[in-house]
Amino acid sequence: MAERGAAPQVSPARRRALHAVRAFFSPLLPDDYLELIDPLWSTRELRGRIERIDEETADTVTVLIRPGYEWTGHRPGQYLRIGVVIDGVHHWRAYSLTSEPDRPDGCIGITPKLVDSGKVSPYLVRQARPGDLVRLGGVEGTFVLPEPAPSKLLFISAGSGITPIMSMLRSLHRAEAVRDVAHIHSARTASDVIFADRLREIDEAHSGYRLRLRLTGEEGRIAPSDLDGLCPDWRSRHAFLSGPGEMLDAMSEHWEGEGVAEMLRLERFQPTIGGDPGGGEGGTVRFAKSGLEAECDGATPILVGGEEAGAVLPFGCRMGICHTCVGKLCGGEVRDLRTGEVHGNEGEMIRTCVNAPEGPIEIAL
Amino acid sequence: MTATTTEGTSPLSHLSQEQLDALGRELDAIKDRVFAELGSRDRRYIESMIAMQRRLAVMGRVLLLASRYRPAWVAGTATLSMAKILENMEIGHNVLHGQWDWMNDPQINSSTWDWDTASTAEAWKHSHNYVHHTFTNILGKDKDLGYEIMRIDPRQKWHPVYLLQPIYNLVLAAFFEWGVALHDLDFEAIRTGKKSKAQIKRELAGIREKAKSQIVKDYVAWPLLSGLAMAALDAALEAGRSRGGNGRKRRGLLGRRRRRGLSRVLEAALRGGAGAYRSTASADATANVVRNAWAYAIIFCGHFPDQTYTFSPEEVEDESRGGWYVRQLVGAANIEGSPLFHVASGNLGYQVEHHLFPDMPSTRYAEIAPQVKQVCERYGLPYNSGPFGQQLGMVQRTILRLAFPGGAPRPKPGPYRGESERPA
Repeated sequence: MAERGAAPQVSPARRRALHAVRAFFSPLLPDDYLELIDPLWSTRELRGRIERIDEETADTVTVLIRPGYEWTGHRPGQYLRIGVVIDGVHHWRAYSLTSEPDRPDGCIGITPKLVDSGKVSPYLVRQARPGDLVRLGGVEGTFVLPEPAPSKLLFISAGSGITPIMSMLRSLHRAEAVRDVAHIHSARTASDVIFADRLREIDEAHSGYRLRLRLTGEEGRIAPSDLDGLCPDWRSRHAFLSGPGEMLDAMSEHWEGEGVAEMLRLERFQPTIGGDPGGGEGGTVRFAKSGLEAECDGATPILVGGEEAGAVLPFGCRMGICHTCVGKLCGGEVRDLRTGEVHGNEGEMIRTCVNAPEGPIEIAL
Repeated sequence: MTATTTEGTSPLSHLSQEQLDALGRELDAIKDRVFAELGSRDRRYIESMIAMQRRLAVMGRVLLLASRYRPAWVAGTATLSMAKILENMEIGHNVLHGQWDWMNDPQINSSTWDWDTASTAEAWKHSHNYVHHTFTNILGKDKDLGYEIMRIDPRQKWHPVYLLQPIYNLVLAAFFEWGVALHDLDFEAIRTGKKSKAQIKRELAGIREKAKSQIVKDYVAWPLLSGLAMAALDAALEAGRSRGGNGRKRRGLLGRRRRRGLSRVLEAALRGGAGAYRSTASADATANVVRNAWAYAIIFCGHFPDQTYTFSPEEVEDESRGGWYVRQLVGAANIEGSPLFHVASGNLGYQVEHHLFPDMPSTRYAEIAPQVKQVCERYGLPYNSGPFGQQLGMVQRTILRLAFPGGAPRPKPGPYRGESERPA
């Protein structure tokens, strides 16, 4: 089944009323008719309308969305699954929420950066317009500020890795809780700094906030050995790290080496899928419904191989989160591309987006 | 007609395996081209079709609140019939085929859709999408060949019960949705024990649930609403009348005159309400019969006209993909008509194209029809087609003739030779 938005927060009275008149509309629901008037009234899935789109940098925008029902809230640092229709097809992606949970106007914000080869970000950055409809899925993620917020914080972000950190900063700012925050942010050039104005404002408003901007085009990338110079007491701070994989790997090794790993939390944007064709042997996938067959090498997810072979397959996040793409394994074994683990019992539900065949398999899709 | 063949010669016997393979590749290419360009235009079509169908349904239901007035009954019944036809044909049938699954839409999706008919989506997807579309026109395997109650092919063995088939043919037309719901149960599988008791029980429960909500909606809920509305209207009118007449001689709250007035108001409300209930229920029943008869006619014209071929299980042993395509091609027959006709028939007037590509969005069938004809011409295959009246006439003639023993296969049209040589 295709992914749909989260269940909205509908008042029990409204739900009861809609339930009471169901008999008139069977096999449809009253919703199916109310959505003709306003698609935001759906009680089946939470939808939102784009309220405003602000340019942050040349290839990054903040999309402000007004949800159809009261926003149930999120924890600063979490991400939202968002569904948009592009060329007639629903696509879902996860974006960090960059707004704080309790904005007075009830809106929520995401800040996508253009990925040229992508599908959803070119739409959001270049094509979307205020008034467009989006679907709002679940809020997820464990990269969050603890409650209450620790008094001594260290944020290290790079590029668009600032997005979850921004929600944390805004939330601290609104709660007047910016007490002792050190922030090291890297960007290639000054014009690539997302939220530059906002960061400067917060810097000016709070004496407890120290921003160290690192322009990697001039100064080079930040290395673990720079930390003692940039923030001498980093070992005693609760650190939040968000950026590209190599930076996360290098830093987390450093924290471990210094024996303070428990002080560090980090956000990986994309689970590491594939990239290492030597890892698995791959194999032939037979799709039972269409009878199609696809060849996948050890780094190609079943979903991608199937699509290339012309199969119409359900998909959602394409990163192993939403379980939209699952299909029943009828035979054979698969390799989880995130962990390298080989598994597969007959009848097991397999996420086709993060598993590659390990030898010949058949799947009920 | 340019040439005729008899049932004995298979329409594909002149094709070598290599030719069949090449034909399969050509048809695959037509499909790939269409699927590669599906996009916003197609989505807009199905979304606006669904929106229009729902607006029609609302309009019909609202008109029928006043169904006791003749013009409202006629207009409401016509509107509701049209809504039900679109819902079953262009929307329900095609969505359940997965024609719109490529949109990855959670609602317009074969896995979540349910339709306004007695069959459950689940059972129908099995009996239709799988059994009928896979084993199309194979005697004994395609259960849609006569629906296990009719003899529509001379190779089916005659039985005295078929003498009644001209009668139950008409009954089936009027109550088609119920026939289909029962047919989905697959009586042969039940008789031969292929279905477990638990499964039969589950399927019966599904039909019961579906039947209940269908009956409640059309024969209880909407008639009741119309009854209540008209009862309120009549009560108000009667109260207005009696107040006008007795205005000056008003007595106490429970005065005799007052009591008589109240009972007159109640009586008027009851009479008006009951009348409206009946007229709305009759309008709903009419709309259902109209929809059923239309669906019956379109679907019977899909495989039972004279031009179509049937196959024995032996003939299709070791069938290749190309062979499967040819069986679909000659086992179905198109109906010619206007664009409105094709929408109202769910584009099943393009039965041939639908059988070649059951999960292609229906709106694309008209576009690929010329390409399919070309393929037929080049491979010396028939392209079955005819006007609605002619096709339905042939089907009815077959049903009458084969009610009696015997009967020979009807002559078949020869290979398609382009527009110019088509029989009139």
